[in-house]
Amino acid sequence: MSKTDEKPLKKVCIICAKGTIEDVYATLVMANGAVMEGIEAKVFFTFFGLDAITKSQMNKLHTGTVGNPAMRMPGGLPFPTILGILPGVEAGVSAMMISQMARLDIPPVDEFLEMITAGGGEIYACKLAMDMFKLKQEDLWDGVNGVLTVGDFYGKCGGENTQIIFT
Amino acid sequence: MAEKVLAGKAVQVNDEGYFTDPSQWTKEMAVEMAKEYGIELTEKHYQVIDFLRQRYLAGETLTIRRVGNAGIVDIKGLYQLFPGGPLKISSKLAGIPKPASCV
Repeated sequence: MSKTDEKPLKKVCIICAKGTIEDVYATLVMANGAVMEGIEAKVFFTFFGLDAITKSQMNKLHTGTVGNPAMRMPGGLPFPTILGILPGVEAGVSAMMISQMARLDIPPVDEFLEMITAGGGEIYACKLAMDMFKLKQEDLWDGVNGVLTVGDFYGKCGGENTQIIFT
Repeated sequence: MAEKVLAGKAVQVNDEGYFTDPSQWTKEMAVEMAKEYGIELTEKHYQVIDFLRQRYLAGETLTIRRVGNAGIVDIKGLYQLFPGGPLKISSKLAGIPKPASCV
C-alpha cells in the first residue's frame, strides 16, 4: 500500500496505568501531539497512572531509580542500581528529569493537561482504580471529563481509523 | 521540492507545502494559503504569524506553549484560529518550515 492510499489517523485512545514521570509524560506528549495534528485524543488514567490527574500528586511525580537498566549518570556512565536506593537519589534524579524537559518547553503535568484539553482532548479516570485507591472526584484535577468504567471508555473508542495505545 | 504560484508569484515549497525560503513570503500569500484551509485571516491571525516569523528567523524552536505564552491569544484561542493544526497550519501560513518540535 503506498502512502497516498493510507487513511489518516482520526482518533487515539491512550491508556496510562503507571505513575512515573516517563510513563505519564509519554502519555501527555502523545495526547498533545495528537490534538496538535487535528487528531482526536481521549486519555484514560488507571491504577498508578491516576497520580497524574490527582491534585495532590500530579506535580510531584518521580522516576524510579531502581531496576531501570537504561538509567545513566550525567555524562553517560552506567547508573548502579545500588545508588538508586539511597535516600534523596530518586528525588534528585526526578528533579533533573523535570528540569531537562522544562528546557525543551515541556510544562508541568497540570499545565500539560490544560494544553491537551484546550485542543479538545478528553481526560478520564478509571472507576475501578478510583475505588481501589479510595479516591473521590474532588481529589482529581478539575479538568477531568469523567470517571468511567472500562466499558464506558471503550464506548468512546469507536469509529474508523481509531487506535488504542497503552503506554 | 516543488514550485507553487501564490498571489501571482512562484515560490519554492517542499512536498508538504511549507516554504523552503521564508524570504519569499508575503502577506498576500498567507491570505491565499489560508483560503485552502477555509480560514479568513484576522488581526489575531496576523499577530500569530508575525510572532512565528520573528521567532523562527531568530533561530528559536517553536512550541505551541511558547506561542500560547506570547500574549496574543491563549492555546485554546490558537486552536480556534487555526483549526486542526494550531502550530502546523500557522507555520505554513507564516512561510516558515514545519515545526520540528514534539510539543
